[in-house]
Amino acid sequence: MKPASFDYLRPETLDEALAALGELGGDARVLAGGQSLMPMLNMRLVQPQLLVDIGRLAGLAEVRLVDGRLMVGAAVTQAQLATRPTLAAEAPLLAAALPWVGHYQTRNRGTICGSIAHADPSAELPLCLLALGGDVVLRSASGRRIVSGDDFLLGVLSTDRRDDELVEAVRFPLRQGGAGIAFREVAQRHGDFAIVACAAIVRPAHIRLAIGGVAGRPMVREWPSDLGDDSLDDALNAFAWELGAVDDLHASARYRRELVRRMGRRTIEEARQCRG
Amino acid sequence: MPRLSAACRHRVSLTLNGKAVSGWAEPRMLLSDFLRHALGATGTHVGCENGICGACTIKLDGRAARSCLMLAVQAEGRRIDTVESLGAADQLSTLQAAFRRHHALQCGFCTPGILMSLDDYLRRHPDPTEEEIRALLSGHLCRCTGYTGIVQAALEAAAALREEKPGA
Repeated sequence: MKPASFDYLRPETLDEALAALGELGGDARVLAGGQSLMPMLNMRLVQPQLLVDIGRLAGLAEVRLVDGRLMVGAAVTQAQLATRPTLAAEAPLLAAALPWVGHYQTRNRGTICGSIAHADPSAELPLCLLALGGDVVLRSASGRRIVSGDDFLLGVLSTDRRDDELVEAVRFPLRQGGAGIAFREVAQRHGDFAIVACAAIVRPAHIRLAIGGVAGRPMVREWPSDLGDDSLDDALNAFAWELGAVDDLHASARYRRELVRRMGRRTIEEARQCRG
Repeated sequence: MPRLSAACRHRVSLTLNGKAVSGWAEPRMLLSDFLRHALGATGTHVGCENGICGACTIKLDGRAARSCLMLAVQAEGRRIDTVESLGAADQLSTLQAAFRRHHALQCGFCTPGILMSLDDYLRRHPDPTEEEIRALLSGHLCRCTGYTGIVQAALEAAAALREEKPGA
């Protein structure tokens, strides 16, 4: 299918983009890599009056280390971050998860911030944002505000972003010494949206497990790291039920709960083994 | 740049397969349709228009990308390469020749996209494993071949290209 008509603006500056969003609000959409927005336009699930293409704003295409965080600008592609030579040392969870984000061909265009702003419940990058306790930098003509990933992601394709704002950057905390990480996913094909995705971070004091693909947004639980095997299984079982899985085209609720229990366990064990 | 109105067609200029070309497009026109209908480059095929099937894959500034997930106006000033850039009418490229040898296509609908993905990927990863090739091909749907011939052709082409350009 083809998109409905819209005006197209490729601003020269961020201020120009913010002015357009301030003027049109919800009738404008921000276009960066387009790997989520373009399918929605093609299927006419969204029909904005104006597209604001920020993909060529050079200032947004940077990855920087700021205050112990990895700050990823709105135009940084998934391929750009994945090929950053220091990524595995800085944020090993992102290095492990990025090969699962879409396909090689879509990672060349798709952006980190775009995937998080899109807020698909089964997408890997919102899952990483919550697992790592990262935050989102929102920018409008009236200023800048920083929202934790937990407060930003509200539900299925729903975020705390106001209509006059764009996601200027996302910030991921850098790896802390002594933390082990692991990422696992089950999908129908590699690169498809996850049926269940798991990210585990094991630190000396606690285990942190994030699950995507089940609830309306990724969810996180933390347990003491000295939890015994049986207690951990009980905790995973409780988590699996709390996620409120439903049957859909791809998997039954029961299968999803089973994946949370078993894959959650394996992901935690893998993270324990790579602590260092 | 000024805001491009939905109601008008706008001139889009880009480099297609090494040549400067231009055509007219409304803002909503997809790059895939622009290539085929405005520029007459019908080698790029259009399948799902959702970014799933990979048939429309082209190279944007040297990187494999879906032309159905891009607007023609976004390609302004960029370098686009399509399957027409590979080989010549009387001489297949190394990759194309390997596809023919291994029966890596039947109906051929998905082939232009797969060739463009591999053309990018093999330049960046000259010595890929079968697993890496299969991961790359997960971005393409082929309903004829079962992929085995495609994987074999890709691995053979990679080896041949390494011989053509040692150390590359």
